[in-house]
Amino acid sequence: MKRSTGIGKYMRLDRFPTIWCAGCGNGQVVGALLRAIDTLELPQDKVVLVSGIGCSARASGYLDFNTFHTTHGRPVAFATGVKLANPDLHVLVLSGDGDTTAIGGNHFIHAARRNIGIKLFIFNNGIYGMTGGQCSPLTAHACNATTAPNGNMDTPFDICELGKAAGATYVARGATYSPVRLEAMMTDALRHDGFAVIDCVTQCPTYFGRMNKMSSAAEMLQWQKERTITLERTASLPAHAVKDKIITGVFRSERKPEYTALYHNFRQQFGKDKDHV
Amino acid sequence: MIKQRKLMQGNEACVFGALYAGLNFFAGYPITPSTEIAETLARKLPAIGGNFIQMEDEIASIAACIGASLAGAKAMTATSGPGFSLMQENIGYAIMTEIPCVVVNVQRLGPSTGGPTAPAQGDVMQARWGTHGDHEMVVLTPAGVEEVFTLTVKAFNIAETLRTPVILLMDEVIAHLREGASPPEAGELLVVARKEPKESPAEYLPFKPQDDLVPVPASFGTGYRYHVTGLYHDEAGFPTGNPEKIDRLVRRLKHKIILHQEKFLFYEEYLTNDADIILISYGASARSAKAAVNDARAVGISVGLLRLITLWPFPSTAVSRICANASVVITAEMNLGQIYAEVCRVLDSAQRTLSVTHVDGTLIAPQKILAAIKEAAK
Repeated sequence: MKRSTGIGKYMRLDRFPTIWCAGCGNGQVVGALLRAIDTLELPQDKVVLVSGIGCSARASGYLDFNTFHTTHGRPVAFATGVKLANPDLHVLVLSGDGDTTAIGGNHFIHAARRNIGIKLFIFNNGIYGMTGGQCSPLTAHACNATTAPNGNMDTPFDICELGKAAGATYVARGATYSPVRLEAMMTDALRHDGFAVIDCVTQCPTYFGRMNKMSSAAEMLQWQKERTITLERTASLPAHAVKDKIITGVFRSERKPEYTALYHNFRQQFGKDKDHV
Repeated sequence: MIKQRKLMQGNEACVFGALYAGLNFFAGYPITPSTEIAETLARKLPAIGGNFIQMEDEIASIAACIGASLAGAKAMTATSGPGFSLMQENIGYAIMTEIPCVVVNVQRLGPSTGGPTAPAQGDVMQARWGTHGDHEMVVLTPAGVEEVFTLTVKAFNIAETLRTPVILLMDEVIAHLREGASPPEAGELLVVARKEPKESPAEYLPFKPQDDLVPVPASFGTGYRYHVTGLYHDEAGFPTGNPEKIDRLVRRLKHKIILHQEKFLFYEEYLTNDADIILISYGASARSAKAAVNDARAVGISVGLLRLITLWPFPSTAVSRICANASVVITAEMNLGQIYAEVCRVLDSAQRTLSVTHVDGTLIAPQKILAAIKEAAK
């Protein structure tokens, strides 16, 4: 395996500059992903990037693969069709927290349940950026958003707990504060046979930051640093020290038959239909 | 050679027609009265190396079909009113991204949950205008089991030729009807294969229209890397804000269908040549209409039936030509006059028209239509 060199070859540089704001973490998440793809030398012609709607979903247009910018919340469902029709393709979903855990929550849990070999990377900035800063199912409690001007009443989802409960076989959380670790998880996820989900904690200084008294990306990364703790460190800490922290690390990595492989076997076993026309 | 006749259900005929056309991917969600299509394909598809998947809802079902089609599969989903409502956004996505697929809607009585096993034809306008934005739609509606088979094959062919979703609009009666049918032999009907690009990847523009106004987007994984988006896009597939390019795209998506419509504006005439009264009907209603025409003829009324098979694009020219000399034009359908309004739009405003409507959850009876014919003949 070769070490990451230039990832520019995976970019459609004529599509730049991106629509993303200064200080946005999406570029860091994409950078980590491209380095992981480069490490594994995945052939560009066999990689499909599926995205939904939102800031992060625009990533697909900037990258030189088979790119599929679909409808809001549905990229995992579209990806399921692609993967099943051609299991040889590496099918990666790039999605936001609103896309995957609000409107598309149903598709996320069912793809996890099937353990279909799709890799889901959730760009989690805890806000709807493209529509101008509304709260999402991952906006932290009491944080401000344009639709929560007095602080968010809701309790956010925990993507990793949700993924585990639904049956995902690779579950991890990384953060843009720690891009090297994020890249390592992404490499793991891309090597994984079944359904993988990574909660990629990232920053939106323009909307989330501005409404929550952190107007720069640096302040937001500092906030991320203070709030996150690695899974390894939690072992030696008392429960109260971990409470309210965002835990990063690999929460599950297990081998289980992948859906399209199971289907292939199923066809061999039950594929004889006597009254076939 | 005498063809073998088989007792077949409408939903089964849809399955056999789809397999004949090369279907190898089905994603669906159970809903009455379309469920037999999914159940039959769950048995059939694995046997031919195809894929069957039961998705978590109808939104996911159409999404998976579009994804599979982009990866080279011939894909279909089947549903009924409530599920068809859920599919509308992604049907628009398939129109915009020019990804072929077939959507079967076995109509039941609505609105809302309505009557799961109750016959109706209330989704005629929804099939035409259910998804947002300006667009053209191809909608075919069969009136018998054998026709379900052949029309399903045609639906796939139109979808492939025009790179657009095609709606097969059935109704509960036709879907659940069992009657003798002689399915075509292999090779008897045309089956259109997916077109592949001829250019090298370097000079390839996935959404550049050919002379027939239809582009040739490659299947994912075949070496042509490009971008697919539901946003306005240029011929390379990338989002654009250029008003000229946007205008050209929206108009082309409509015109590519209008340009070819003569090839698939299907209808059937019965005793219309000398008819003083023309009856227009479609789907299961047309069977009752035909019986009413026979009964009316038996008592000396000069009436004929124009059975519409393609509902959209509306066969305007055929309707106005066939009805030109009629003293009265009656439209009989299991809704509150959805096609009647279209007939009135097409005909000379001076022409007398009548609408026979039916929404009580039962099949429209010949007697009801006969009464309207007698009224018209007075």
